[in-house]
Amino acid sequence: MGIYLLCLLLFCLGIYCVLRKRNIIKIIIGIIIAEYAVNLFFVLVAYRMNGRAPILSPDTTITNMVDPLPHALVLTAIVISLASTALLVAIAMRIYEKYGTFDITKIKELKG
Amino acid sequence: MVELYILLIFMIVGAIIAIEVKDLLSSVVAVGAVGLGLSIVFLILKAPDVAITQLVVEILALIILIRATLKKDLPFSTSGRWMLNTFITVCFIGVFLFIANKCLKDLPEFGYPIMRVAGNYLKNGLSQTGATNFVSSVILDYRAFDTLGEATVLFTAVIGVLAIVRRVGRKKDSEKLEEEE
Repeated sequence: MGIYLLCLLLFCLGIYCVLRKRNIIKIIIGIIIAEYAVNLFFVLVAYRMNGRAPILSPDTTITNMVDPLPHALVLTAIVISLASTALLVAIAMRIYEKYGTFDITKIKELKG
Repeated sequence: MVELYILLIFMIVGAIIAIEVKDLLSSVVAVGAVGLGLSIVFLILKAPDVAITQLVVEILALIILIRATLKKDLPFSTSGRWMLNTFITVCFIGVFLFIANKCLKDLPEFGYPIMRVAGNYLKNGLSQTGATNFVSSVILDYRAFDTLGEATVLFTAVIGVLAIVRRVGRKKDSEKLEEEE
């Protein structure tokens, strides 16, 4: 149970970074950390004590495999998180070109 | 399981450094340390496919972030309602952790998953799909529509990045005429 709480603590660090920081790059970093924590939570739920990786081998019969379903879902989520990170960074770089700063309190003119 | 706790605490320390350090480049490098630690945790949790993907994606994300932060000045403002902001954030996180702590009791205990759906996959996966790696059989056969949706999201994001990064957009015919005049 303690390991779930540590994972949630990591998630809370990401949320704290998103809510509190004023720098756009820091906000993106907070989102990345929160994504890591959620992925880690899924894989933690899938783990089985003294389990084996869910890959068959020809000679031996393996009975204690870990749960493969969350692994597949997390695999999808990781790739999507890379795409969304790239999109966020692209927007941040355009904002820097236009306003010359990453500070969100200085970016006030919303009109294009 | 001791190594799991050690790695998780390492990741939390890395995240704190990434959040609190002033220099943006150091912060990005600290995030890289957190991601590589996460990849090792996936290996310990017996998820080799996820670990490989995490490694590759982590390095790509690091390259993108470093490209964004190089040679940029970083003024940190401390004006505004700083105390109120912090207070509300900490309150929110406290409430979140309290509720999460209550909900965690309903989850199956760590190391003993239920596996109601996955048991079926593990039993019939080889005869139904012919794949020896069950993760790939789930991705590409049982839940192939998930992967299709993932590809859609990926291409949408790529189109978005191209549209944002491109310098000059195509002009309408009327605008071209106005410029010529």
